[in-house]
Amino acid sequence: MTSPNSYNTKVVLATSLAAVTGIGFYFFVNPIHANEAEEGLHPPAYPWSHKGPFSTFDHASIRRGYQVYREVCSACHSLDRIAWRNLVGVSHTADEVKAMAEEVEYTDGPNDEGENFQRPGKLSDYMPPPYPNEEAARASNAGALPPDLSLIVKARHGGADYLFSILTGYMEAPAGVEIREGLYYNPYFPGGAISMARALFDGLIEYEDGTPATTSQMAKDVTTFLAWAAEPEHDERKKMGVKAIIVISILTALSVWLKRARFASLKSRKIVYVFN
Amino acid sequence: MLYRFVGTIYRTLLRRNSVFLTGVFTTAFVTEIVFDTAADKAWDTINRGKQWKDIENKYVQN
Repeated sequence: MTSPNSYNTKVVLATSLAAVTGIGFYFFVNPIHANEAEEGLHPPAYPWSHKGPFSTFDHASIRRGYQVYREVCSACHSLDRIAWRNLVGVSHTADEVKAMAEEVEYTDGPNDEGENFQRPGKLSDYMPPPYPNEEAARASNAGALPPDLSLIVKARHGGADYLFSILTGYMEAPAGVEIREGLYYNPYFPGGAISMARALFDGLIEYEDGTPATTSQMAKDVTTFLAWAAEPEHDERKKMGVKAIIVISILTALSVWLKRARFASLKSRKIVYVFN
Repeated sequence: MLYRFVGTIYRTLLRRNSVFLTGVFTTAFVTEIVFDTAADKAWDTINRGKQWKDIENKYVQN
């Protein structure tokens, strides 16, 4: 026969054991945990001008962002899936884009003699790549391949927030973190060591609309531009979506009302079986 | 009163199939035009100053 006291002691002991096991599992065994050095720091959520179901892109920002891409990023990063014509009516007029395309030489052909020739770019040409192929890109960048930026906002966890954080997140490596020669410390990059050096500095370029070209302004603009490049249908998609939801809601309400009207007589009818 | 109204509707719009069908198509067109115009206007108000058509006049040269 056990006394109440020893019973209580057992309960307390068992509970403590369970708690310690659980906490120990949580801290030392559980594989689900945030390893920010390994996975990269999670970017904060920024208030993008195109955030939310009713917001279009800020096209003035896309235009500035294209300038940042052209003057800074395009030295190493290609933009294969965007053609000159895609900019028309989005960030530039047709005349402006034609003039920009003509500044670039494209190989075309073959001509009547069967030879390829150089010609100035047209609206239908795609953005010129900085390197002829992947090997050339790697050779120029110490073995690292600068990714194509066409779909980069969709292709990276965190999207636009991540891009902005990467561009503005360069800093001194904290004590105890070793960074190899040729790599740079960026806490938002998985692993922390990124091959790309910090590219944006205050006053690096001069915006044509007079916006002060701070690091964060340029990062915001180029991220907006790349968000557009990844999703050129964005504005139209949101507008059509809102319209469709409004129309479908009205039609759903109408059909519910019609069903209730039709069923009113059936549901209020009383059927009685009289047995004689 | 309601019955007179319903009766008028029936005689003018629903009795002849040709009139009925024409009415269906006309209503569809008018509704779409009105809805689209209103929705586009609301959309442009929400996004004033952000879309290309709002900043286009800064760059067009004539």
